Amino acid sequence: MLKVEGLAAFYGESQALENVSFELPDNGVTALLGANAAGKTTTLRVVSGVLPARRGTVTFNGVNITKATPEERVRLGIVHVPEGRRLFGTLSVEENLLLGGYSKRKDGNSKERLDRIYSMLPKLAERRTQLAGTLSGGEQQMCAVGRGLMSEPTVLMIDEMSLGLAPVIVSQMFSFVKEIAARGVSVLLVEQQVQHALQAADRATIIDRGVTTHSGTSEEIRNDPKVREAYLGV
Amino acid sequence: MEILIQTLVAGVLLGGVYALVSVGLNLLFGVVRVINFAHGEFVMIGMYIAFWLWAGLGLDPYVSLLIVAPAMFLLGVIFQRGIIQPIQGTSANMKIFVTVGISIILQNLALFLWGGQHRTVSTSYSTSVFNLGGVTISVGRLIAFIGALVLVAALFYIMNRTMTGTVLRAIAEDGPTAVLVGIPVKKFYFVATGISVMLAGVAGVMLTPFTSASPMFGFHMTLIAFIVVVIGGMGSMVGSLVGGVLLGAIETLAGTYISPALQQAVLFAIFIIVVLVRPQGLFGKGAGTEEVGLK
Repeated sequence: MLKVEGLAAFYGESQALENVSFELPDNGVTALLGANAAGKTTTLRVVSGVLPARRGTVTFNGVNITKATPEERVRLGIVHVPEGRRLFGTLSVEENLLLGGYSKRKDGNSKERLDRIYSMLPKLAERRTQLAGTLSGGEQQMCAVGRGLMSEPTVLMIDEMSLGLAPVIVSQMFSFVKEIAARGVSVLLVEQQVQHALQAADRATIIDRGVTTHSGTSEEIRNDPKVREAYLGV
Repeated sequence: MEILIQTLVAGVLLGGVYALVSVGLNLLFGVVRVINFAHGEFVMIGMYIAFWLWAGLGLDPYVSLLIVAPAMFLLGVIFQRGIIQPIQGTSANMKIFVTVGISIILQNLALFLWGGQHRTVSTSYSTSVFNLGGVTISVGRLIAFIGALVLVAALFYIMNRTMTGTVLRAIAEDGPTAVLVGIPVKKFYFVATGISVMLAGVAGVMLTPFTSASPMFGFHMTLIAFIVVVIGGMGSMVGSLVGGVLLGAIETLAGTYISPALQQAVLFAIFIIVVLVRPQGLFGKGAGTEEVGLK
Protein backbone atom coordinates (compact mmCIF):
# COMPACT_ATOMS: atom_id res chain seq x y z
CA MET A 1 0.00 0.00 0.00
CA LEU A 2 2.90 2.37 0.71
CA LYS A 3 5.47 2.30 -2.05
CA VAL A 4 8.71 4.24 -2.15
CA GLU A 5 10.66 4.35 -5.40
CA GLY A 6 14.08 5.80 -6.15
CA LEU A 7 14.06 8.42 -3.40
CA ALA A 8 16.90 10.92 -3.23
CA ALA A 9 17.07 13.66 -0.60
CA PHE A 10 19.48 16.34 0.55
CA TYR A 11 20.18 18.36 3.67
CA GLY A 12 21.34 21.57 2.05
CA GLU A 13 24.17 20.49 -0.24
CA SER A 14 24.89 17.15 1.38
CA GLN A 15 23.12 14.14 -0.02
CA ALA A 16 21.49 11.90 2.58
CA LEU A 17 19.54 9.54 0.31
CA GLU A 18 20.65 8.37 -3.11
CA ASN A 19 18.28 5.63 -4.15
CA VAL A 20 15.78 4.30 -1.65
CA SER A 21 13.05 1.90 -2.71
CA PHE A 22 10.83 -0.39 -0.68
CA GLU A 23 7.24 -1.40 -0.29
CA LEU A 24 5.12 -1.90 2.81
CA PRO A 25 2.43 -4.59 2.91
CA ASP A 26 -1.07 -3.89 4.26
CA ASN A 27 -0.15 -5.06 7.72
CA GLY A 28 2.64 -6.67 9.67
CA VAL A 29 5.95 -5.33 10.86
CA THR A 30 8.68 -4.26 8.48
CA ALA A 31 12.14 -3.32 9.73
CA LEU A 32 14.36 -0.72 8.07
CA LEU A 33 17.88 -1.60 9.10
CA GLY A 34 21.27 -0.07 8.54
CA ALA A 35 24.33 1.41 10.15
CA ASN A 36 24.53 4.85 11.72
CA ALA A 37 23.95 7.65 9.20
CA ALA A 38 22.80 5.15 6.54
CA GLY A 39 19.70 7.24 5.88
CA LYS A 40 17.07 5.49 7.98
CA THR A 41 15.72 8.58 9.75
CA THR A 42 15.98 10.62 6.56
CA THR A 43 13.86 8.02 4.78
CA LEU A 44 11.14 8.40 7.43
CA ARG A 45 11.34 12.19 7.16
CA VAL A 46 10.79 12.04 3.42
CA VAL A 47 7.90 9.59 3.78
CA SER A 48 6.22 11.78 6.42
CA GLY A 49 6.76 14.86 4.27
CA VAL A 50 8.90 17.02 6.56
CA LEU A 51 11.87 16.71 4.17
CA PRO A 52 11.21 17.08 0.43
CA ALA A 53 12.35 14.39 -2.00
CA ARG A 54 14.75 15.63 -4.65
CA ARG A 55 13.98 12.63 -6.86
CA GLY A 56 11.74 9.60 -6.65
CA THR A 57 8.15 9.04 -5.57
CA VAL A 58 6.11 8.08 -2.55
CA THR A 59 2.87 6.33 -3.48
CA PHE A 60 0.08 5.51 -1.06
CA ASN A 61 -2.77 3.26 -2.17
CA GLY A 62 -1.90 4.08 -5.76
CA VAL A 63 -1.89 7.85 -5.23
CA ASN A 64 1.32 9.83 -5.68
CA ILE A 65 1.80 11.76 -2.43
CA THR A 66 5.40 12.89 -3.00
CA LYS A 67 4.34 16.54 -2.79
CA ALA A 68 1.73 16.21 -0.04
CA THR A 69 2.19 18.16 3.22
CA PRO A 70 2.89 16.32 6.51
CA GLU A 71 -0.61 17.31 7.64
CA GLU A 72 -2.22 15.72 4.57
CA ARG A 73 -0.20 12.54 5.05
CA VAL A 74 -1.25 12.21 8.69
CA ARG A 75 -4.84 12.59 7.55
CA LEU A 76 -4.27 9.81 5.02
CA GLY A 77 -2.99 7.62 7.84
CA ILE A 78 0.80 7.87 7.57
CA VAL A 79 2.27 8.64 10.97
CA HIS A 80 5.88 9.10 12.04
CA VAL A 81 6.89 8.57 15.69
CA PRO A 82 10.22 10.40 15.82
CA GLU A 83 13.51 9.35 17.34
CA GLY A 84 13.89 10.51 20.94
CA ARG A 85 10.05 10.48 21.36
CA ARG A 86 9.85 14.28 20.98
CA LEU A 87 6.87 14.55 23.32
CA PHE A 88 5.60 17.98 24.28
CA GLY A 89 7.22 17.82 27.71
CA THR A 90 5.40 20.79 29.24
CA LEU A 91 2.02 19.36 28.23
CA SER A 92 0.16 16.56 30.00
CA VAL A 93 0.06 13.00 28.71
CA GLU A 94 -3.56 13.46 27.69
CA GLU A 95 -2.83 16.71 25.85
CA ASN A 96 -0.05 14.96 23.95
CA LEU A 97 -2.45 12.19 22.96
CA LEU A 98 -5.15 14.67 21.92
CA LEU A 99 -2.63 16.50 19.72
CA GLY A 100 -1.83 13.19 18.06
CA GLY A 101 -5.51 12.95 17.16
CA TYR A 102 -5.66 16.51 15.84
CA SER A 103 -6.34 15.44 12.26
CA LYS A 104 -9.45 13.55 13.41
CA ARG A 105 -10.60 16.01 16.10
CA LYS A 106 -13.80 16.95 14.30
CA ASP A 107 -15.34 13.50 13.96
CA GLY A 108 -16.57 13.56 17.58
CA ASN A 109 -14.82 10.31 18.54
CA SER A 110 -11.83 11.77 20.41
CA LYS A 111 -13.09 10.36 23.68
CA GLU A 112 -13.40 6.82 22.28
CA ARG A 113 -9.96 7.04 20.73
CA LEU A 114 -8.46 8.18 24.03
CA ASP A 115 -10.18 5.35 25.87
CA ARG A 116 -8.90 2.84 23.35
CA ILE A 117 -5.30 4.07 23.80
CA TYR A 118 -5.73 3.98 27.58
CA SER A 119 -7.03 0.41 27.47
CA MET A 120 -4.11 -0.66 25.26
CA LEU A 121 -1.57 1.23 27.38
CA PRO A 122 -3.02 1.37 30.91
CA LYS A 123 0.13 3.01 32.24
CA LEU A 124 -0.79 6.13 30.28
CA ALA A 125 -4.23 6.21 31.88
CA GLU A 126 -2.58 6.34 35.29
CA ARG A 127 -0.39 9.21 34.13
CA ARG A 128 -2.96 11.10 32.07
CA THR A 129 -2.66 14.42 33.95
CA GLN A 130 1.09 14.22 34.50
CA LEU A 131 3.43 16.37 32.38
CA ALA A 132 4.91 14.20 29.63
CA GLY A 133 8.39 15.48 30.46
CA THR A 134 8.23 13.82 33.88
CA LEU A 135 7.53 10.29 32.58
CA SER A 136 10.13 7.52 32.65
CA GLY A 137 11.81 6.60 29.36
CA GLY A 138 9.56 3.62 28.75
CA GLU A 139 6.40 5.57 29.57
CA GLN A 140 7.55 8.36 27.25
CA GLN A 141 7.93 5.86 24.42
CA MET A 142 4.46 4.46 25.14
CA CYS A 143 3.09 8.00 25.09
CA ALA A 144 4.87 8.74 21.79
CA VAL A 145 3.47 5.58 20.17
CA GLY A 146 0.06 6.31 21.72
CA ARG A 147 0.15 9.83 20.29
CA GLY A 148 0.91 8.31 16.89
CA LEU A 149 -2.00 5.85 17.20
CA MET A 150 -4.46 8.64 18.05
CA SER A 151 -4.86 9.53 14.39
CA GLU A 152 -5.76 5.89 13.61
CA PRO A 153 -2.88 5.34 11.18
CA THR A 154 -2.67 2.66 8.53
CA VAL A 155 1.11 3.14 8.36
CA LEU A 156 2.97 3.70 11.62
CA MET A 157 6.69 4.46 11.32
CA ILE A 158 8.63 4.29 14.59
CA ASP A 159 12.19 5.59 14.73
CA GLU A 160 14.58 3.95 17.21
CA MET A 161 11.86 2.76 19.53
CA SER A 162 14.22 0.74 21.73
CA LEU A 163 16.88 3.43 22.14
CA GLY A 164 17.74 4.04 25.78
CA LEU A 165 15.15 1.63 27.17
CA ALA A 166 15.70 -1.23 29.60
CA PRO A 167 15.65 -4.70 27.96
CA VAL A 168 12.38 -5.66 29.70
CA ILE A 169 10.65 -2.55 28.37
CA VAL A 170 12.10 -3.15 24.90
CA SER A 171 10.53 -6.62 24.79
CA GLN A 172 7.20 -5.19 25.96
CA MET A 173 7.29 -2.49 23.30
CA PHE A 174 8.12 -4.96 20.53
CA SER A 175 5.25 -7.24 21.50
CA PHE A 176 2.94 -4.21 21.68
CA VAL A 177 3.98 -3.24 18.18
CA LYS A 178 3.31 -6.77 16.90
CA GLU A 179 -0.12 -6.55 18.49
CA ILE A 180 -0.86 -3.29 16.67
CA ALA A 181 0.39 -4.78 13.41
CA ALA A 182 -1.88 -7.79 13.88
CA ARG A 183 -4.84 -5.40 14.05
CA GLY A 184 -4.19 -4.23 10.51
CA VAL A 185 -1.62 -1.49 10.86
CA SER A 186 1.50 -1.62 8.73
CA VAL A 187 4.38 -0.85 11.07
CA LEU A 188 7.78 0.31 9.85
CA LEU A 189 10.47 -0.01 12.50
CA VAL A 190 13.76 1.80 12.20
CA GLU A 191 16.24 0.07 14.46
CA GLN A 192 19.91 -0.19 15.18
CA GLN A 193 19.28 -3.29 17.30
CA VAL A 194 19.26 -5.49 14.22
CA GLN A 195 18.84 -8.89 15.96
CA HIS A 196 15.94 -7.74 18.04
CA ALA A 197 14.23 -6.02 15.15
CA LEU A 198 14.54 -9.06 12.91
CA GLN A 199 12.85 -11.15 15.58
CA ALA A 200 9.91 -8.78 15.75
CA ALA A 201 9.61 -8.05 12.05
CA ASP A 202 8.03 -10.09 9.28
CA ARG A 203 10.05 -8.35 6.60
CA ALA A 204 13.13 -6.17 6.44
CA THR A 205 14.90 -3.75 4.14
CA ILE A 206 18.59 -2.94 4.45
CA ILE A 207 19.82 0.56 3.72
CA ASP A 208 23.47 1.45 3.24
CA ARG A 209 24.80 4.97 2.63
CA GLY A 210 21.53 6.21 1.22
CA VAL A 211 20.83 3.15 -0.97
CA THR A 212 18.48 0.27 -0.18
CA THR A 213 20.44 -2.88 -0.94
CA HIS A 214 18.32 -5.83 0.23
CA SER A 215 14.67 -6.52 0.93
CA GLY A 216 13.03 -9.71 1.98
CA THR A 217 11.40 -11.67 4.75
CA SER A 218 13.20 -11.55 8.07
CA GLU A 219 14.22 -15.14 7.49
CA GLU A 220 15.80 -14.36 4.12
CA ILE A 221 17.58 -11.30 5.47
CA ARG A 222 18.86 -13.20 8.48
CA ASN A 223 20.27 -15.92 6.24
CA ASP A 224 21.75 -13.66 3.58
CA PRO A 225 25.54 -14.15 3.82
CA LYS A 226 26.34 -10.52 2.91
CA VAL A 227 23.88 -9.18 5.44
CA ARG A 228 25.17 -11.54 8.09
CA GLU A 229 28.69 -10.32 7.52
CA ALA A 230 27.90 -6.62 7.39
CA TYR A 231 25.18 -6.20 10.02
CA LEU A 232 24.89 -9.20 12.21
CA GLY A 233 28.57 -9.57 12.98
CA VAL A 234 28.67 -13.31 12.35
CA MET B 1 2.34 57.27 53.39
CA GLU B 2 -0.80 58.49 51.69
CA ILE B 3 1.23 59.53 48.66
CA LEU B 4 2.91 56.14 48.57
CA ILE B 5 -0.41 54.28 48.54
CA GLN B 6 -1.85 56.69 46.01
CA THR B 7 1.18 56.20 43.76
CA LEU B 8 1.15 52.43 44.14
CA VAL B 9 -2.54 52.19 43.23
CA ALA B 10 -2.02 54.34 40.14
CA GLY B 11 1.00 52.26 39.19
CA VAL B 12 -0.72 48.91 39.59
CA LEU B 13 -3.73 50.10 37.59
CA LEU B 14 -1.42 51.18 34.76
CA GLY B 15 0.51 47.94 35.12
CA GLY B 16 -2.61 45.94 34.27
CA VAL B 17 -2.62 47.53 30.82
CA TYR B 18 1.12 46.90 30.47
CA ALA B 19 0.43 43.24 31.27
CA LEU B 20 -2.20 43.06 28.53
CA VAL B 21 0.17 44.57 25.97
CA SER B 22 2.98 42.28 27.14
CA VAL B 23 1.10 38.96 27.04
CA GLY B 24 0.39 39.70 23.38
CA LEU B 25 4.06 40.36 22.63
CA ASN B 26 4.95 37.22 24.55
CA LEU B 27 2.40 35.08 22.70
CA LEU B 28 3.75 36.20 19.33
CA PHE B 29 7.28 35.54 20.47
CA GLY B 30 6.52 32.17 22.06
CA VAL B 31 4.58 30.70 19.16
CA VAL B 32 5.91 32.50 16.08
CA ARG B 33 9.45 33.12 17.44
CA VAL B 34 9.61 36.75 16.38
CA ILE B 35 10.08 39.64 18.80
CA ASN B 36 7.76 42.19 17.29
CA PHE B 37 9.26 45.64 17.85
CA ALA B 38 6.23 47.14 16.11
CA HIS B 39 3.93 45.76 18.84
CA GLY B 40 3.46 49.17 20.49
CA GLU B 41 2.41 50.69 17.18
CA PHE B 42 -0.63 48.42 17.24
CA VAL B 43 -1.52 49.94 20.62
CA MET B 44 -1.16 53.36 18.99
CA ILE B 45 -3.34 52.33 16.02
CA GLY B 46 -6.01 51.04 18.42
CA MET B 47 -5.98 54.42 20.17
CA TYR B 48 -6.36 56.34 16.91
CA ILE B 49 -9.22 54.15 15.70
CA ALA B 50 -11.00 54.72 19.02
CA PHE B 51 -10.31 58.45 18.77
CA TRP B 52 -11.66 58.80 15.23
CA LEU B 53 -14.71 56.70 15.96
CA TRP B 54 -15.37 58.98 18.92
CA ALA B 55 -14.58 62.23 17.08
CA GLY B 56 -16.36 61.23 13.88
CA LEU B 57 -19.29 59.15 15.01
CA GLY B 58 -19.47 60.01 18.69
CA LEU B 59 -18.84 56.38 19.58
CA ASP B 60 -17.85 55.72 23.18
CA PRO B 61 -14.37 54.08 23.27
CA TYR B 62 -15.72 51.00 25.06
CA VAL B 63 -18.40 50.59 22.40
CA SER B 64 -15.78 51.00 19.68
CA LEU B 65 -14.07 47.87 21.03
CA LEU B 66 -16.68 45.91 19.07
CA ILE B 67 -15.14 47.33 15.88
CA VAL B 68 -11.53 47.66 17.00
CA ALA B 69 -11.08 44.09 18.26
CA PRO B 70 -12.04 42.28 15.02
CA ALA B 71 -10.35 44.96 12.88
CA MET B 72 -7.09 44.55 14.79
CA PHE B 73 -7.30 40.75 14.59
CA LEU B 74 -7.61 41.09 10.82
CA LEU B 75 -4.69 43.52 10.75
CA GLY B 76 -2.70 40.92 12.68
CA VAL B 77 -3.52 38.26 10.11
CA ILE B 78 -2.39 40.58 7.29
CA PHE B 79 0.74 41.46 9.27
CA GLN B 80 1.52 37.75 9.72
CA ARG B 81 1.09 37.00 6.01
CA GLY B 82 2.87 40.07 4.67
CA ILE B 83 5.67 40.74 7.14
CA ILE B 84 6.20 38.00 9.70
CA GLN B 85 5.86 34.86 7.57
CA PRO B 86 8.63 35.88 5.14
CA ILE B 87 11.10 36.56 7.98
CA GLN B 88 10.28 33.57 10.20
CA GLY B 89 13.10 31.42 8.89
CA THR B 90 15.69 34.19 8.96
CA SER B 91 18.25 35.29 11.56
CA ALA B 92 17.42 37.11 14.80
CA ASN B 93 19.05 40.27 13.43
CA MET B 94 16.88 40.20 10.34
CA LYS B 95 13.73 39.85 12.46
CA ILE B 96 14.76 42.80 14.63
CA PHE B 97 15.60 45.04 11.64
CA VAL B 98 12.35 44.26 9.87
CA THR B 99 10.04 44.76 12.86
CA VAL B 100 11.88 47.92 13.97
CA GLY B 101 11.51 49.12 10.38
CA ILE B 102 7.78 48.42 10.45
CA SER B 103 7.54 50.29 13.75
CA ILE B 104 9.14 53.40 12.20
CA ILE B 105 7.00 53.15 9.07
CA LEU B 106 3.81 52.98 11.17
CA GLN B 107 4.91 55.93 13.33
CA ASN B 108 5.62 58.02 10.20
CA LEU B 109 2.38 56.93 8.61
CA ALA B 110 0.45 58.06 11.70
CA LEU B 111 2.29 61.37 11.68
CA PHE B 112 1.55 61.83 7.98
CA LEU B 113 -2.13 60.87 8.21
CA TRP B 114 -3.14 62.36 11.55
CA GLY B 115 -0.49 64.96 12.37
CA GLY B 116 1.71 65.29 15.40
CA GLN B 117 -0.82 66.80 17.81
CA HIS B 118 -2.07 64.79 20.77
CA ARG B 119 -5.62 63.53 20.26
CA THR B 120 -7.69 63.30 23.38
CA VAL B 121 -11.01 61.57 23.83
CA SER B 122 -13.08 63.30 26.46
CA THR B 123 -15.97 61.27 27.80
CA SER B 124 -18.24 61.95 30.74
CA TYR B 125 -16.13 59.63 32.88
CA SER B 126 -12.72 60.81 31.58
CA THR B 127 -12.06 62.93 34.63
CA SER B 128 -14.35 61.26 37.12
CA VAL B 129 -12.79 59.78 40.20
CA PHE B 130 -13.97 58.19 43.39
CA ASN B 131 -12.52 58.03 46.83
CA LEU B 132 -11.69 54.77 48.54
CA GLY B 133 -10.40 55.16 52.08
CA GLY B 134 -8.52 58.33 51.26
CA VAL B 135 -7.13 57.03 47.97
CA THR B 136 -8.39 58.70 44.83
CA ILE B 137 -9.11 56.28 41.99
CA SER B 138 -9.78 57.30 38.40
CA VAL B 139 -12.80 55.50 36.93
CA GLY B 140 -11.23 55.19 33.48
CA ARG B 141 -8.03 53.72 34.87
CA LEU B 142 -9.93 51.25 37.02
CA ILE B 143 -12.00 50.11 34.05
CA ALA B 144 -8.83 49.72 31.99
CA PHE B 145 -7.24 47.66 34.75
CA ILE B 146 -10.22 45.37 35.22
CA GLY B 147 -10.73 45.02 31.48
CA ALA B 148 -7.07 44.13 31.01
CA LEU B 149 -7.18 41.52 33.76
CA VAL B 150 -10.35 39.97 32.32
CA LEU B 151 -8.70 39.70 28.90
CA VAL B 152 -5.48 38.27 30.32
CA ALA B 153 -7.59 35.73 32.25
CA ALA B 154 -9.48 34.89 29.05
CA LEU B 155 -6.18 34.32 27.25
CA PHE B 156 -4.98 32.09 30.09
CA TYR B 157 -8.19 30.13 29.80
CA ILE B 158 -7.82 29.72 26.04
CA MET B 159 -4.18 28.70 26.37
CA ASN B 160 -4.76 26.13 29.10
CA ARG B 161 -8.28 24.82 28.59
CA THR B 162 -9.00 24.71 24.86
CA MET B 163 -7.66 22.66 21.97
CA THR B 164 -6.47 25.87 20.25
CA GLY B 165 -4.45 26.76 23.33
CA THR B 166 -3.01 23.26 23.61
CA VAL B 167 -1.92 23.46 19.98
CA LEU B 168 -0.37 26.92 20.51
CA ARG B 169 1.58 25.67 23.55
CA ALA B 170 2.74 22.63 21.61
CA ILE B 171 3.98 24.81 18.75
CA ALA B 172 5.71 27.12 21.23
CA GLU B 173 7.51 24.15 22.74
CA ASP B 174 8.44 22.25 19.59
CA GLY B 175 7.21 23.52 16.22
CA PRO B 176 8.82 20.83 14.03
CA THR B 177 7.19 18.04 16.06
CA ALA B 178 3.84 19.82 15.86
CA VAL B 179 4.21 19.67 12.07
CA LEU B 180 5.08 15.98 12.30
CA VAL B 181 1.95 15.05 14.27
CA GLY B 182 -0.19 16.68 11.59
CA ILE B 183 -0.95 20.14 12.98
CA PRO B 184 -1.35 22.89 10.37
CA VAL B 185 1.22 25.06 12.13
CA LYS B 186 1.13 27.90 9.61
CA LYS B 187 -2.58 28.37 10.25
CA PHE B 188 -1.93 28.71 13.97
CA TYR B 189 0.70 31.38 13.35
CA PHE B 190 -2.18 33.47 12.02
CA VAL B 191 -4.19 32.78 15.17
CA ALA B 192 -1.28 33.76 17.45
CA THR B 193 -0.39 36.95 15.59
CA GLY B 194 -4.05 37.86 15.21
CA ILE B 195 -4.67 37.54 18.96
CA SER B 196 -1.43 39.38 19.76
CA VAL B 197 -2.24 42.38 17.57
CA MET B 198 -5.86 42.39 18.72
CA LEU B 199 -4.85 42.53 22.39
CA ALA B 200 -2.47 45.44 21.63
CA GLY B 201 -5.24 47.36 19.86
CA VAL B 202 -7.74 46.67 22.64
CA ALA B 203 -5.19 47.86 25.22
CA GLY B 204 -4.89 51.07 23.19
CA VAL B 205 -8.66 51.60 23.30
CA MET B 206 -8.71 51.02 27.07
CA LEU B 207 -6.09 53.77 27.45
CA THR B 208 -7.93 56.43 25.45
CA PRO B 209 -10.25 57.77 28.20
CA PHE B 210 -7.22 59.00 30.14
CA THR B 211 -4.31 58.99 27.68
CA SER B 212 -4.02 61.01 24.48
CA ALA B 213 -3.01 59.36 21.23
CA SER B 214 0.12 60.50 19.42
CA PRO B 215 2.26 58.93 16.68
CA MET B 216 5.15 58.25 19.06
CA PHE B 217 3.07 56.63 21.79
CA GLY B 218 3.68 53.12 20.48
CA PHE B 219 7.43 53.38 20.84
CA HIS B 220 7.06 53.80 24.59
CA MET B 221 4.69 50.81 24.76
CA THR B 222 7.05 48.56 22.79
CA LEU B 223 9.89 49.31 25.17
CA ILE B 224 7.69 48.70 28.20
CA ALA B 225 6.36 45.43 26.81
CA PHE B 226 9.81 44.26 25.80
CA ILE B 227 11.17 44.96 29.29
CA VAL B 228 8.16 43.23 30.86
CA VAL B 229 8.59 40.12 28.71
CA VAL B 230 12.31 39.88 29.46
CA ILE B 231 11.84 40.50 33.19
CA GLY B 232 8.87 38.13 33.46
CA GLY B 233 10.52 35.53 31.26
CA MET B 234 10.14 34.85 27.56
CA GLY B 235 7.29 32.45 26.94
CA SER B 236 5.87 32.81 30.44
CA MET B 237 2.37 34.27 30.47
CA VAL B 238 2.32 34.49 34.26
CA GLY B 239 5.67 36.27 34.06
CA SER B 240 4.18 38.88 31.74
CA LEU B 241 1.24 39.45 34.05
CA VAL B 242 3.39 39.87 37.15
CA GLY B 243 6.06 41.80 35.23
CA GLY B 244 3.49 44.18 33.77
CA VAL B 245 2.00 45.07 37.13
CA LEU B 246 5.48 45.34 38.65
CA LEU B 247 6.71 47.65 35.92
CA GLY B 248 3.65 49.88 36.12
CA ALA B 249 4.25 50.25 39.85
CA ILE B 250 7.99 50.88 39.49
CA GLU B 251 7.51 53.43 36.73
CA THR B 252 4.96 55.39 38.72
CA LEU B 253 6.97 55.20 41.93
CA ALA B 254 10.09 56.37 40.11
CA GLY B 255 8.12 59.26 38.66
CA THR B 256 6.90 60.36 42.07
CA TYR B 257 9.92 59.69 44.25
CA ILE B 258 12.87 60.15 41.88
CA SER B 259 11.91 62.30 38.94
CA PRO B 260 9.49 62.01 36.03
CA ALA B 261 12.47 62.75 33.80
CA LEU B 262 14.19 59.57 34.97
CA GLN B 263 11.23 57.14 34.72
CA GLN B 264 12.51 55.32 31.65
CA ALA B 265 16.11 55.39 32.87
CA VAL B 266 15.02 53.53 36.01
CA LEU B 267 13.12 50.94 33.97
CA PHE B 268 16.12 50.31 31.75
CA ALA B 269 18.47 50.12 34.70
CA ILE B 270 16.28 47.34 36.12
CA PHE B 271 16.10 45.72 32.69
CA ILE B 272 19.90 45.66 32.40
CA ILE B 273 20.30 44.22 35.90
CA VAL B 274 17.79 41.45 35.16
CA VAL B 275 19.44 40.61 31.85
CA LEU B 276 22.84 40.36 33.52
CA VAL B 277 21.79 38.51 36.67
CA ARG B 278 18.90 36.37 35.44
CA PRO B 279 18.67 36.39 31.64
CA GLN B 280 15.81 33.88 31.66
CA GLY B 281 13.65 36.33 33.64
CA LEU B 282 11.71 35.77 36.84
CA PHE B 283 9.39 33.04 35.55
CA GLY B 284 11.10 31.97 32.33
CA LYS B 285 12.78 28.67 31.65
CA GLY B 286 15.40 30.25 29.45
CA ALA B 287 13.83 29.15 26.18
CA GLY B 288 14.30 31.72 23.48
CA THR B 289 16.58 34.13 25.32
CA GLU B 290 19.45 33.20 23.02
CA GLU B 291 17.30 33.82 19.98
CA VAL B 292 17.11 37.53 20.67
CA GLY B 293 20.75 37.66 21.63
CA LEU B 294 20.25 37.96 25.40
CA LYS B 295 22.29 34.90 26.26
